[in-house]
Amino acid sequence: MAVTDTSPPARSWYKRNEIAVTPWLFLAPAILFFLVYVLVPIYQSFSISLYNWDGLGEARYVGLENYVELFDDSAFEVSLWNNLKWLLLYLLAIPAGLFIALFLNQTVAGIRMYKSLFFFPFVISQVVVGLVFSWFYLPNEGLLNNIVTFFGFDPINVLGDPALATYGIIIAGLWPQTAYCMILYLTGLNAVDPEQVEAARLDGAKGWKMLWYVIIPQLKPATFIAFVVTIIGALRSFDLISIMTNGGPFGQTRVLSFYMFEKALSEYGFRMGYGAAIAVVLFLIMLCFIAYFLFSMWREEKEGR
Amino acid sequence: MKTTFKASFAALAAAATMAGSNASAELTGDLKIFLDTSNPAPRATMEAMIGRFQAEHPDLNIETTVIDREAYKTQIRNFLTADAPDVATWYAANRMRPYVEAGLFEDVSDLWMEPAIADNLGSTKGAMTIDGKQWGVPYTYYQWGVYYRKDIFGELGLSEPATWEDELANCEKIVASGRACYTIGSKFLWTAGGWFDYINLRTNGYDFHMDMAAGNVAWTDDRVKATFANWRQLIDMGGFVANHQTYSWQEALPFMVNGEAAAYLMGNFAVAPLREAGLSDDQLDFYQFPVINPDVPLAEDAPTDTFHIPANAANKEAAREFLRFVVSSNEQTEINNGSNLGQLPINASASIDDDKFLDQGFAMLSSNSPGGVAQFFDRDFPAEMAAEAMQGFQEFMVFPDNLDDILNRLEKVRARVYQ
Repeated sequence: MAVTDTSPPARSWYKRNEIAVTPWLFLAPAILFFLVYVLVPIYQSFSISLYNWDGLGEARYVGLENYVELFDDSAFEVSLWNNLKWLLLYLLAIPAGLFIALFLNQTVAGIRMYKSLFFFPFVISQVVVGLVFSWFYLPNEGLLNNIVTFFGFDPINVLGDPALATYGIIIAGLWPQTAYCMILYLTGLNAVDPEQVEAARLDGAKGWKMLWYVIIPQLKPATFIAFVVTIIGALRSFDLISIMTNGGPFGQTRVLSFYMFEKALSEYGFRMGYGAAIAVVLFLIMLCFIAYFLFSMWREEKEGR
Repeated sequence: MKTTFKASFAALAAAATMAGSNASAELTGDLKIFLDTSNPAPRATMEAMIGRFQAEHPDLNIETTVIDREAYKTQIRNFLTADAPDVATWYAANRMRPYVEAGLFEDVSDLWMEPAIADNLGSTKGAMTIDGKQWGVPYTYYQWGVYYRKDIFGELGLSEPATWEDELANCEKIVASGRACYTIGSKFLWTAGGWFDYINLRTNGYDFHMDMAAGNVAWTDDRVKATFANWRQLIDMGGFVANHQTYSWQEALPFMVNGEAAAYLMGNFAVAPLREAGLSDDQLDFYQFPVINPDVPLAEDAPTDTFHIPANAANKEAAREFLRFVVSSNEQTEINNGSNLGQLPINASASIDDDKFLDQGFAMLSSNSPGGVAQFFDRDFPAEMAAEAMQGFQEFMVFPDNLDDILNRLEKVRARVYQ
């Protein structure tokens, strides 16, 4: 008590640890929400997939039975293949978006209006896109069949034919997705260095060579983002399927997310465990892409230093 | 039980004499009602009916929520467990089984013992019974059958078919005239379930059909195959409109209105849109699905819509009173008449509106359905079996050659569902 304290007044715990603690404080809300809305649900999906549960009564532990059943389920197989079709064909939105962007990247009167017209499909709801395309495909009165029969071919029922229906939906999905990629590239084209273009021109580059060796490498960030959003868009393809075919005809247009919804949450579903098992498979597929995206971002950051 | 009944009766009588108002005006508190009757006409009917109940019980604070009919089918699981209303609509038979088994519906067998209900609702008691107890009350039901264009039949010189041979002969003439015999939109699958119900009920009978619903018959059984063989006769002769897998049941109506198809196997709810589309009662008529196998008694589909009290309801007393009110003969006459639901009352002492389809339907169900009354494919069969099977029916109607593959698949599902 009597000892005189020469050191500065005792600082609070927070003041002493400010440097170490502050970043965590800033991160805390994000970490909390990431935990509650991402990590815990992932864990829960994994654990529910080991049970047989209708969402109401007792859950019964069945081990890997749901997964065993998945491998023997032809509907699951169809959904998996359809997911693959979506992934591959949806990527067409990237080159299509690039070419529309190149085409629109000029200064003529009213170009802003043209750009917004091309961007329009991305602004309207997916539900509307689905409805418009399903009317377009209608077997008798649809515009497509009016065109087809005008040229003397037999009418086709795109959404009613199990071999064509998925492609019909993917084309509907490509319409807004192309617009999205176009906007990404239009922004990217603004950042292309005019001096490099000038230099390349002096060296005699033009046309495809100019595009391939000078423009596209500079668009790499835009391409990366376009790739990411397109892959995610393809894996999330749910609303179009639900609107246009409801998974039919006889389940031939389902993808994993739709099949999961049908099994777990739809009118006749409520096999929560089985639905969760499908969700886990979908998650593992997505995880491959997520890992790749993270890896390439990490690599880029390392190079950037 | 009896003493409480007497006591409350005495209280009611006292209240009635003292206040001079309705006997059960003492009901107080909140009454939360959830409805799936989201289509305009049923919605107005229900709201008017609740209005009359409110007038009888002015101290009761009634809160009505109308939920989209399709969305309701998934939301019911949430609100029954989490935030239960006092009264909720649903469907009879197997469709209510998951909630009964999970203990989410209140046992209302006591209501069914009261003479007003016991004496008048006998015909639907079976559909409301699981494990020997009743779990709700019906408020309406409607017949299924063939709605057809009388003028087209007249033009081709056809009459209502009574047997399968008549049916096929009729269909041949209709197809020859460049029309389809039947319109159907199978995009949402259940319409094909109606066809299976009828052909199976006529080929193998009600008891067999219900045995199938209970999972006791293999889908690969020869008797089931006979059903599909009969069905296939119609498919192969071009009896159904093309591309039906792309249409909903409403989108299939124009074929009938425009005269491209002569008939529609549907529930009575199809009459209203057909009339609205301009078909007069001279052009539109109804017949009972024809006999296929004369050895099995006729049986019909007549889906029943119901009211239930959730087990977690807060005001069960008022909810019970509401159920009594709904099934009373006056209300049944009112809500099922042609300007409201346009369906059949479930109370035997209610009167049926003077409508030719309701009259025919009532006559058919009360006197010409000795085999029994089924609910509907997706209400009699367990949900999972129904979903897979109806998808198979749709595939069969488009590619009849896939039948064996489809039946093997369904047999696999049966082995799992009914284990």
